[in-house]
Formats: sequence, C-alpha cells, structure tokens
Amino acid sequence: MAEFETTEDLLSAAHRAHAAGYRQLDAFTPFPVEGLAEAIGFHKTYVPLICLIGGLIGCSGGFFLQWWPSVIGYPLNVGGKPFNSWPAFIPITFELTILCAGLATVFGMLALNGLPTPYHPVFNAPRFELATRNKFFLCIKARDAQFDAQKTRDFLQSLGAREVSEIEV
Amino acid sequence: MGTDGLQNTPPVNGSVPVLAPGHTYASITDKISAIVLLQKTRRGWWMGLALAFSLLMVLNLALGYLFLMGTGIWGINIPIGWGFAIVNFVWWIGIGHAGTLISAFLLLMRQAWRQSINRFAEAMTLFAVASAGIFPLAHMGRPWLFFWLLPYPDTMGTWPQFRSPLVWDVFAVSTYGTISLLFWFVGLIPDLATLRDRAKDRLSRIVYGFLAMGWRGSAMHWHRYEMAYLLLAGLATPLVISVHTVVSFDFTLGVIPGWHSTIFPPYFVAGAIYSGFAMVMTLAIPLRKFYGLEDFVTLRHLDNMAKILMATGSIVAYGYMMETFMAFYSGNPYDRYMILNRMTGPYAPAYWSLIACNIVLPLGSLWSSKVRRNVGALFLISLIIQTGMWLERFIIVVTSLHRDFLPSSWGMYHPTRWDWAVYLGTLGLFFTLFLLFIRFMPMISIFEMRGLAHELKEKEH
Repeated sequence: MAEFETTEDLLSAAHRAHAAGYRQLDAFTPFPVEGLAEAIGFHKTYVPLICLIGGLIGCSGGFFLQWWPSVIGYPLNVGGKPFNSWPAFIPITFELTILCAGLATVFGMLALNGLPTPYHPVFNAPRFELATRNKFFLCIKARDAQFDAQKTRDFLQSLGAREVSEIEV
Repeated sequence: MGTDGLQNTPPVNGSVPVLAPGHTYASITDKISAIVLLQKTRRGWWMGLALAFSLLMVLNLALGYLFLMGTGIWGINIPIGWGFAIVNFVWWIGIGHAGTLISAFLLLMRQAWRQSINRFAEAMTLFAVASAGIFPLAHMGRPWLFFWLLPYPDTMGTWPQFRSPLVWDVFAVSTYGTISLLFWFVGLIPDLATLRDRAKDRLSRIVYGFLAMGWRGSAMHWHRYEMAYLLLAGLATPLVISVHTVVSFDFTLGVIPGWHSTIFPPYFVAGAIYSGFAMVMTLAIPLRKFYGLEDFVTLRHLDNMAKILMATGSIVAYGYMMETFMAFYSGNPYDRYMILNRMTGPYAPAYWSLIACNIVLPLGSLWSSKVRRNVGALFLISLIIQTGMWLERFIIVVTSLHRDFLPSSWGMYHPTRWDWAVYLGTLGLFFTLFLLFIRFMPMISIFEMRGLAHELKEKEH
C-alpha cells in the first residue's frame, strides 16, 4: 500500500504499475478521479444493465398491475370506456418504472461493491483515515502473480510514493 | 441561466467564483465536517429547535384532535371540499421539487455550482415531501384506512380505480419520496465515511461507521458509484417533472372551470421549481451566515438561483396570462365568469396579492444585478415568492370550487384555527427535521466539493 500526495502522482503510478504487469490493483481516493478505474484495469460495470433490468421489470409489472384488475379481476364499466384503457395506465407504469430502476441501481451498486463491509484489511493501513480527506493510496494485493514482498515494495517506492506499508490480511 | 451555465467559464457577473480561492481538499473536509463533529451546539440552533419542536407539538395536537373529531373541525364544506389540506399539499410538494432539480438536473447539465447546495436542497426535498404527505392522509377523514388506495388482493375482491389521478398521486408521491431518499443517502455515503474517519468519540465513530457501510473510496467502487449516481440523476429528472404533472392532473381531469385546462402541467412544474428555489434561498442565506460558509455558498450561487427564479417566475407569469386569455378566447361563459370572479369576487384581495408576490415584486426587482447580489433583499424576495406561491394554490383550489355552474351550490370557504394549526405544525415538522439534519449530517457534500476543488485546479493549468 503506497500513499501519494496528488491525483497526478497516483494516476501515473497506477498506469506504471499496470504496465509493469501487476493486475491485482486497487486505489483509494477521497473523491472520484477520472480515469483511475481504467488505469488499474477496471473497465466494465454492470450497473447500467441492472438499472435497465429493474426498469423493464417495473414497467411491465406496473402495467400488468393495472391491466389485470381492470380487465380480468374487477372490471368496472365507467361511462362505456374500454376496460383496457391503457393511456390512463401510463402514469403509474412510468412511476413504477422509475421506482424499480432506481432501487435496482442503488442496491445493485451496493451489492457489486460488496457493501456493507463492516471490516476490511485496508483500514489497518497507516494514515488510511486520510483516504477520505486528502490523500491518495495505491494498493497491490499479495495474491497478484508478480507479488514479491521486497520487490513490490521497492517498485512502489520507485513510483514516488510518500510512504509504503505492508498490510496483514 | 444563459452564458452563466457553462462550467467554470470566467464569471460573467463580476468575478465571484463558485468556490472561494485558497481551499484545499483538507481545508474543505475539515471545515464542513467540523460543523458536525467539533463545533459546540449553538444557542441559535437550540432556540430554532425549541421553536420548531413546539410547532411540531402543535401538529400532534391538531392531528390528534382531527382524528378524534373528523374533518368537520376544518373549514371545508360542500362545495369547497379541498381547502387547506390540498393547498398545503401542493405547496409542500412544489417546494420539494427544487432539491431534486438541483441535484439531478444540474448534475446532468454539468453545472459546477450545484455541488455546494445540492446536499441541503435534497434534505429539504425529503422533509418537504414528508410534510406534504401528511395532508392527503389527514384529509381522507379515516386515515387508518389509507391502505385501501394501494393495490392488494383484498377479501372483497375490489381494486383501486387506476384511471383516477388521485390513485396516480399515491404512486407518484411515494415513488418520489423513495427516490429522493435513495438519492440523498447514496450521496451521503462517502461523506459518512469521512465523518467516521474524522470522528473523535466512539459513539459517532460507530454510528457514522454503521451508516457508511464500510465505504473505503476504492477506485472500483467510485467507478460503479458514479455510474449509479448518474443513472439516478437521469431517473430523477423525468420523475420530478412527472410528479407535479400528476399533481396538476388532480385538477385538470376535473370539469370545474379554472381547473380543466391543458396549461396546468407545465405551469405547475414551473411554479413548483419557482417556490422550491425560493425555499433553497431562504435556507441557504441564514445557513451560510451562521456557519460561516460564505466560501462555499458564494454570491455566485445566490445570483444563479435568482436567475432561475426569474426564468421560472416568467413561465408562471405566462401561465397566469394564458389562463386569463383562454378564459375569454374560449368563449366559455363559466370560464369567463371564473376569471372575473377571481379578479373582482370575494377572494380578489388574495388574487391581487398573489400577482404582487409572484410577479410584480420578484420579477420587477430581480432584473437588477445589485438586487441579485444583495443577500438581505434576496432573503426577503424568497419569502415573498413562497407566500405568493401559497396564495396561488389557495386561489386555484378555492376560487374554482366556491362558484361553479349552479348559483344554488355556491359557497364560501373560511379556514378555521385547526386548518392553521395543521399548516403551522407541518412547518414545525419541516424545520425540526432540517435543524437535526444540519447538526448531525454534513450539510454540504464534502466529496463533491473536493472534486470541484480538483477541477478548478486543473482548469488553471
């Protein structure tokens, strides 16, 4: 785990670590840094797909929720209007689409991120509480194929890290 | 919004930046988190809470008595069945809309100036929706049967009438409340982690740590988080427009003169944003003063908000003009009578105060950039606008109902002290929640301000 002062230092360090063949990387920053996830080799996110699926479920479910009682379960003749008066069902269909898509997005994001995580080893890193204030961290995990305690430490040191530390898992 | 809208364009209006110069990530973090963690609770806060909490107790009393006696204690009657309950419901929901608009719509538009006002505007939305929700429930007369509005397979085999806008309202408002809560909470997670890491005592570390759910700022997490936040913004923007459109359907789908009009949805949405931005201003001006946040909520923010007030206020003014014009142009005698009755009938003073509060005073004065940068004047104008928007809903609800087609069914509406008690009580609920929020949660989004500082620094290079 290496600590850096600025986003530029962290970004270039992440790029060089990735170029050096390290694949089990993670970085910790106090705010989203553009391009950092790509730099550590993380491109794909399933959040939009989850959102879409949630939206589709909400949309079809919402319409069915109104169609079934109005046409089959409890048909009421109101002024001779058709039972399946679909334009009147659009507002609720729309609201439920948004509701399900929003819930799916948030809970999907949390699930993919593995949150809540009450305990995580990175919290033991020295000065890690500054990762939510003003410092930037790069982490190379020990399960990386190239990992070697001494070499990796020297490598991180050579990237211009302010401090390098080892965390017990 | 005009040219000012572009992100970090050299300020057109003098040279007031969106973030006072000289701030670093650390100074932003420390300053905002200190309000929650380090500063002593202030005397002014206690006094505010005492006042708000007393009003909240008035709400308890008024609702308790209402449930005991029924809606007869209110001034509503036949023909005016809607009264204060619906006036206040629409007013509160409208106020909420600015919060969502600031956090969602301005995010999509990449407006850098939203970062320092979105958090408390979102909180304002939540609490306004909570206050709004009380009214339709209380107005039902038998609120313990509210679940009859929800579609569930009951033993009688009946279902709600899905073609009714009142049922649409249930879905719109509950979806709106849920999505606003999600948006607010998702935005809070990284800041709760900051508070957890900065807290000195064990209790706050545990509470904030619990709420932050183990957020550690991992790059992969941020990646998904930003995507989710953007998607939520994209969902919330059409939602906010749909909610007030559905609220306006409650009126337009009736055949009452003055309600049955196609201009209502856009004009309701604009009016909602108008009153909501006024409320953001009413809250922002004292907050930045008492907590010394002038560096973060600068005159630029107030100026931009004043411009949005002008834009939405003009749309509202256009709505009033069209309403009057259509009443005559349509040739419908009932519509024509309704407008003449509004302007000259028993509620004429309310109508003309509404025109003064919503159009003449704000739109007359906000054109001047001096007024837009005069904090005291803005505060006053924001209060005037909220009064005006409340009167607007009063006029729409009451004047249309009190004289419809048959003179034999005409009547008058006079609010009783219980009407006022419930209204003041919801103000108490709103301000109690808001004061608790500014004491225990970061009222400005810390991580977004750090991001803003980063962006501004990059622009310099």
